[in-house]
Amino acid sequence: MNFQSGVHIKKEWDIVGARQLGRNRAKELGFGTVDQARIATAISELARNIYLYAGTGRVSFEIVEDINKKGLKIVAADEGPGILDISQVMEDGFSTSGGLGAGLPGVKRLMDDFDIDSVQGEGTVITTIKWVR
Amino acid sequence: MPEALLKIVIENSDEISRNWLDQVSERRGNGYTANISEELFQSTNREFVNVIFSSINRHGSTEELETFSERLINLGWPLSYLTDGLQTFRRVTIDFILNQSDQVDTEQFSKILTVVDNWVEPIIKELVNEYSGSWEHIVSLQRVALQELSAPLIPVMDNITIMPLIGTIDTERAKLIMENLLDGVIKHNAEVVLIDITGVPVVDTMVAHHIIQAAEAVRLIGSTCILVGIRPEIAQTIVNLGIDLSKFPTKSSLRKGFNKALALTNRDVVNLNQDANPDLEKLLDSLK
Repeated sequence: MNFQSGVHIKKEWDIVGARQLGRNRAKELGFGTVDQARIATAISELARNIYLYAGTGRVSFEIVEDINKKGLKIVAADEGPGILDISQVMEDGFSTSGGLGAGLPGVKRLMDDFDIDSVQGEGTVITTIKWVR
Repeated sequence: MPEALLKIVIENSDEISRNWLDQVSERRGNGYTANISEELFQSTNREFVNVIFSSINRHGSTEELETFSERLINLGWPLSYLTDGLQTFRRVTIDFILNQSDQVDTEQFSKILTVVDNWVEPIIKELVNEYSGSWEHIVSLQRVALQELSAPLIPVMDNITIMPLIGTIDTERAKLIMENLLDGVIKHNAEVVLIDITGVPVVDTMVAHHIIQAAEAVRLIGSTCILVGIRPEIAQTIVNLGIDLSKFPTKSSLRKGFNKALALTNRDVVNLNQDANPDLEKLLDSLK
């Protein structure tokens, strides 16, 4: 049960598509409603970042299994401008687009594992996992 | 050359139609027309082939073609039925012409292909245009319908107005919400406006940001905004995201928000008769 699936982000409505797919995956894995809402919100943030800053990208889902736990891995990848200062975007309240600046630090708090990899001019890959409790 | 070929095809239209009908019926098995009755399928096929011939005969689009495609669109026949049918027609016709000629060199062969393509191509183009036109029309109608639903404002009482939000909020809708909210507050002279997000599936930073902005704008024009319908899981995600919603009152349900709104406008719900007259309570229950 290690299938991969994903959604291409091109339009604003693709965010909804990614969210829906992620929520269904989370439901299948047996996440509770609160965790489903957390996952859907995190996907929403990541997909919106792609839409806002990179234009296009991809959000993919993967089911990961550890020795005694299962989880949903979300990978948001784009080939956008990259992030200038990662520690800065992980601060609450920092935004270059006039938003709340709670997106990425929020995702980190919503999910369990969080990893961000960005090369300027080449793109950004954010990998994050939520484990089933 | 085209005229000669046209003559051959028209003169032998019966045989070509027969071949075509055989092929189309044979290929029917693969799904999309499976739930159409045999009788309707055959009669539509016969009509289709007649339409093809008449439009070839008259060099291009005819009224028949238009009415035929319109009817199929209305009945919900798939576009692939028409395009597959026309491809089959192209194949059958070319086969037939080649069988008629004794010897065909490459030049003649390519000429035949071009001529038949010139017959079939405009029909395909017209049908695809008709179909995509009808889809675009439906999509645009639905967009208008969605827009009408997107930010309703209900004046429930003097000075109290409710905006129930259901479904996903995107940037376009957020703009509409803001405009309708401010217009409505002025128009209905509302002191308190309740925004109900019970039906909003996900509240992320963008949605929260728009709600905060709307509430701030409402405050600027002298009214109070109460955010109601915050489900427990939404409350948790808002806390996780670290969004500060403390600038305006929030409530878990519309009922509680409405009571708060009454309190803000110096009113109260009173039972006129201790045990009879539960009307107002009922009214409030129904608003929940």
